[in-house]
Amino acid sequence: MPAARPNPFLVLTSLRLTVVLLLLSIVLVFAATLDQVHLGVWGVQEKYFRSFFVFTQIPGTGFFFPVFPGGYLLGGALIVNLVAAHFYRFRLSWKKSGIWLTHLGLILLLAGEGLSGMLQKDNQMRIDVGQTRRYSESFRETELAIIETSHPDYDEVVSIPSALLTAGASLQNPALPFVVKPVVYYPNANLQMRMQVPNAPPSVATPGEGDDIVVTPAPVTTKPDESNWPTGYVELVGPEGSLGTVLVSTLLQQPEQFAYQGRTWLLSLRAQRDYLPFSITLEKFTHDIYPGTDIPRDFASTIRLRGDDGRDDRVVRIFMNNPLRFGGRAFYQAGYANNDRTTVLQVVRNPSWRIPYLSCALILLGLVIQFGIHLFAFFRRRLAPASAAPAAPSP
Amino acid sequence: MKKKYFAAAVFLLALAWVGSTLIPHGNSGEFDLASFGRLPVLADGRIKPLDTIARTSLLMLQGRQRVATADDRELAPEEWLLDVLFRPAAADADRIFRIDNPDVLSLFGLGSGDNAGKVRSSFAQLFGLGSGDKVRFSFAQLQSGLSELDRQAELAGPVDAPARTAFQRAVVELREHVEYYSRLKYSLQTPDSPDLFSDMESPASLAADRPGFEAMEKFSLLRAIPPAAPSTRVDDWQTMGQSLLGTLSSRAVNPTARFYAALALAWRSRQSDAFNTLVQADQAGLAPRFPAAVRRCSFEAFFNQAEPFYTSLVLYVAAFLLAVISWLKWPFELGRAAFRLMALAFLLATAGILARMWLEGRPPVTNLYSSALFIGWGSVALCLILERINRNAVASSAGSLIGFGTLVIAHNLSLSGDTLEMMRAVLDSNFWLSTHVVTVTTGYASTFLAGFLAIIYIVRGVLTRTLDRATADSLARMVYGIVCFATLFSFVGTVLGGIWADQSWGRFWGWDPKENGALIIVIWNAVILHCRWGGLIRQRGLMCLAVFGNIVTAWSWFGTNMLGIGLHSYGFTNAAFQGLIAFVALQLALIGLAAIPRSRWRSAALPGAT
Repeated sequence: MPAARPNPFLVLTSLRLTVVLLLLSIVLVFAATLDQVHLGVWGVQEKYFRSFFVFTQIPGTGFFFPVFPGGYLLGGALIVNLVAAHFYRFRLSWKKSGIWLTHLGLILLLAGEGLSGMLQKDNQMRIDVGQTRRYSESFRETELAIIETSHPDYDEVVSIPSALLTAGASLQNPALPFVVKPVVYYPNANLQMRMQVPNAPPSVATPGEGDDIVVTPAPVTTKPDESNWPTGYVELVGPEGSLGTVLVSTLLQQPEQFAYQGRTWLLSLRAQRDYLPFSITLEKFTHDIYPGTDIPRDFASTIRLRGDDGRDDRVVRIFMNNPLRFGGRAFYQAGYANNDRTTVLQVVRNPSWRIPYLSCALILLGLVIQFGIHLFAFFRRRLAPASAAPAAPSP
Repeated sequence: MKKKYFAAAVFLLALAWVGSTLIPHGNSGEFDLASFGRLPVLADGRIKPLDTIARTSLLMLQGRQRVATADDRELAPEEWLLDVLFRPAAADADRIFRIDNPDVLSLFGLGSGDNAGKVRSSFAQLFGLGSGDKVRFSFAQLQSGLSELDRQAELAGPVDAPARTAFQRAVVELREHVEYYSRLKYSLQTPDSPDLFSDMESPASLAADRPGFEAMEKFSLLRAIPPAAPSTRVDDWQTMGQSLLGTLSSRAVNPTARFYAALALAWRSRQSDAFNTLVQADQAGLAPRFPAAVRRCSFEAFFNQAEPFYTSLVLYVAAFLLAVISWLKWPFELGRAAFRLMALAFLLATAGILARMWLEGRPPVTNLYSSALFIGWGSVALCLILERINRNAVASSAGSLIGFGTLVIAHNLSLSGDTLEMMRAVLDSNFWLSTHVVTVTTGYASTFLAGFLAIIYIVRGVLTRTLDRATADSLARMVYGIVCFATLFSFVGTVLGGIWADQSWGRFWGWDPKENGALIIVIWNAVILHCRWGGLIRQRGLMCLAVFGNIVTAWSWFGTNMLGIGLHSYGFTNAAFQGLIAFVALQLALIGLAAIPRSRWRSAALPGAT
């Protein structure tokens, strides 16, 4: 018999490929777990799982090259492998139904995790007792907000994601009579008053716009208990030339004020906001610990939820393991601050959150059927000879 | 003739021994220490008997419950606690601080030879039994160096815990222990209190003691004074200091405070009659007011003293030895005896786990300690079933080995304090603890079991002539079946964990180390199954992959918890980390052993071998 030419499609369907992909996934997950010590959990997700390749930097150069397949590539390849294998070996029978269901669920699970990676937004809300908030803030992303306060009954806000600030281009918006030019942007920095650092170089900021503060860039931190403090200078340019350079930083409590053509703007670098079509008022926050310990027993926020459409106005208690799901978002009790006067809610928006539930149900059903068939076969085999020839009693 | 009764005899003997451990000990001396040990106090957020305080303190400070005094007597845990509470000067001479780090010892001008002369017998020392006495020191021995210890601990304090050197870790730990011990001394009286009981008779003397009471309120580890009205709120329990400060304004001495003051006097003046009358009267007074607390505390004291997990550990060792010997001689009788011992140990461990569940009001697994108990329990349960099916002592040996190993791990985990801890708010969900945690732990247990069965295959096949074809096939079936089981449970457990995470943190999957560890177990089991289904491996390959499953599971169980420790501190001194490394090395060696060509296996010479 002549040797068949290897069909490239057959490689895609092979079980060997499955095993290789699974082994590569193990290596990827293991490496990512170890690297978490250095990169933190978010950095690891970006580098290892939400990427097609894991890149590494050649020491001493700015050149990156791929060293290992990333999560998207391995997950995608597994999906292709599974789908191809099932097309190739498609046989509808009860014996195979377990495997079918398991793998269908698996495809769904992988696809769902990919979707979550792309669609999920994690924000937080910090609310003091008695305070009302109508927006959540990003954990990591910041934005430059330019707020015009000249109107008597409303403020006009232009917000620029800090991703654009790093690009270094000029930014224009029809609402602003000037162009915003990022001068420098540090993902993390320390601020000190100038009088404490007499030898510091002069500031790039225009006098009165933050020149009394010395900015020292700091390395980006990934430790869970530390924060980054993005800081930068932006230059505002009108038709007649530069109007001034302003210091902006998430460390500054008060926004810098800026006046031009008889109008006033406030400039601040702040956590990126997601405005909600409803408001949340913190009515009460409770935090219990076990007596004689510092182990938290329970923390709970009693909030009042009011929809903008006037159809919702109710009091909800959010506590551990009991989130509020509303308006396409889920609100979780994440923490507390400020001597128990402030609650920290985690706000997650993930349109694909139901997919894992569905896929896991499918996989579970599939596994139970598959192993159930094995188990039955095993016991049938065991019982068959026993009933045919009862074992003789040993002497 | 004798062979016939061997299994029954061994079983009856073991049963008698187990029975003897379950009989409450009487008091060996004239003091009613047992009743004292049952008295309830509030500590670490729960009401527990003083017996538990004594035992967990000793385990934490010195790694064992036995106390050696300066004059080489032995103290019961309760006697030691009574000394700490009421005769601190005597307790200061007991050698209860375990210090292994030689650099820390030199801070105090001590060496491990300083106690060498006090080792009880050279015979014990010969077997490494007495060696522990060399590394335990008394508070009095440490006293002169305490200020230097404080200074060193303050130097080490700002260093991130994972980045500390072995010396820094040891210094910080010892200071915590010294502080714990010192605070314990303030729990029922001030250490230098001459006679609180007679002070209670005169308001003026009490008022003069105010600074002492304030110190007691601040430092006390125990809340020993129950609320006046029957109340189930644990927050209402007071420290002795709080109660006495209240007395200064109300002029009324709390009866329990008076009782402890009187007890102190009786203990100091060695009046056993007065002591016993007081303790028994107090117990009788508490029982109608706090029936549930008193019942639980009595039971917990009994549970502590019966030590069911220690008993079952010994039984597992015996079962393992019998099972292994049965492959060489008397297969039927020894195999049956091994099975029965394992079953007995299993029953005892079951009772112990149930007792803990009742005391805590929680599902079986709530922390790392209880996960060790449960992994052992689950593996042994599976082995009992497998052994009933296969009756070749293979499952008995694997089960008793895992049972023994997990109990040793549990013992080491218990050294960090009370193992019935309060649950943090985020974990406080009995529903998820009983579904997710139990299933995923069962997944761990079964993956380990498959690995240990594979080890038996390899060791017997390569090193002995006992692995015949039938045994080999039956082992392969067992390993395959258990891997299927493990896949199912580890997957379901991981998924339930995802659902819990989605419910409480807002994401199904967060790539956190523990989650990744569980995921790797699931994928690894899937790899084994697919390799087998695809014909990529046969019996020997299956065994090698199953042994590697041990590494994967150990990593997920312990390694992920050590990430902070192992990777930053290149000293590799952490005992648990070294244990993990040794375990991994052993598994790799076993896989290497299996890689020896089939023709060189000793069992290959047997007719009918694969």
